[in-house]
Amino acid sequence: MGHEAPIVHDVFGISWLDFNLSNVFMIIVTSAIVFILSVLGARKLKMKPTGAQNVMEWVLDFVKGIVNDTMDWKTGKLFLPLALTLFSYILVGNMLGVITNGVHDHNVWWKSPTADPGITMTLAAMVIVLSHFYGIKLRGGKEYVKDYFRPLPFLFPIKIIEEFANTLTLGLRLFGNLYAGEVLLTLLVGLTTSGVLGFIGGAIPFLAWQGFSLFIGGIQAFIFTMLAMVYISHKVSEEH
Amino acid sequence: MQAFTTIYASGVIWGFHVGDMLVQLFFFLLLLFLVGKFAWGPVMNMMKKREEYVASEIEAAENSRQEAEKAAKEATEQLKQMKLEAQKIIEDAKNAGVKQEQDIIDSARLEADRIKKAAQAEIQNEKEKALQALQDQVASLSVLIASKVIEKELSAQDQEKLINEYIKEVGEER
Repeated sequence: MGHEAPIVHDVFGISWLDFNLSNVFMIIVTSAIVFILSVLGARKLKMKPTGAQNVMEWVLDFVKGIVNDTMDWKTGKLFLPLALTLFSYILVGNMLGVITNGVHDHNVWWKSPTADPGITMTLAAMVIVLSHFYGIKLRGGKEYVKDYFRPLPFLFPIKIIEEFANTLTLGLRLFGNLYAGEVLLTLLVGLTTSGVLGFIGGAIPFLAWQGFSLFIGGIQAFIFTMLAMVYISHKVSEEH
Repeated sequence: MQAFTTIYASGVIWGFHVGDMLVQLFFFLLLLFLVGKFAWGPVMNMMKKREEYVASEIEAAENSRQEAEKAAKEATEQLKQMKLEAQKIIEDAKNAGVKQEQDIIDSARLEADRIKKAAQAEIQNEKEKALQALQDQVASLSVLIASKVIEKELSAQDQEKLINEYIKEVGEER
């Protein structure tokens, strides 16, 4: 039961270009599932919503609520698609790893894509970069730079550190929660498959932890979206 | 505990791989674009359309309510006007009736007076005529009676005398 990652080193002879093929696979699977679910939900749109359209509108209202909590709707509606995609992608990604982990040839192929720090950090960095981009675009470069010296000029170094800290905590919080969940699930799987006593002792904690992981997966998707919007609103909103 | 050790023994199954990051970024942006275009965009449009529809419906309802209120007010006003008019017409009719009645009575009274006067005049006339006739009759009758009486007792001499006297009298009157 050696669990390893199917890593390919130095693709195209470029020394820094490494791929973890299971991550690539899961990214594609997650994206595809999100896309298919969204498109299925958005079929047959009617003025009087029924079935899947209700679900879609509920999700949309939920994410709209997140955006509205952090900034006014005039700027907020710009980020609604981003928030929606972040939320649905992370939620689906989290759930995939909770439902099952797949191992093939001693390699972990099926897991949460969000249980990889590289991926969560990519999402976090993307959010932060977008926040800076829209901060400059919506408020102008002057206001953007001035923000680093507010409310007091000597806080400038702390503000710089804050940007990196935000990125790091945003990405690693998601990763940590999901990875811990998967590690514990893997341990419990090992325990339940180790023998009769192991099964008796491990089955109930396994079920409990799986349920809890579902809960964590939802909460973390919510938190990531919420914090992403908070960081963006810090950059694009006039008042603090 | 076996599983725990195997994971530890095999080392980390995750790590920072630039390739993963690029793939993640690419797929996320692609996903963002695709679901925005094919899923959330249409849903948002539909919700916006519904919002507008509801808003316009509410506005229309409000408008028609106001119109109805206005119409009701107008109708009440008109009804009031009508009542007043009817009142006035009745009043006028009453007045006209009273006046006409008075007129008719007055003219009747006049007519009656005139007829009465005419009748009185007629009566007076007739009476006078009758009296005249009576007088004439009485005179001749009295003469007749007298002559009858006298005829019996009067002698030829006396008769002569009487006739002369009458002639004389008549001659004097002339």
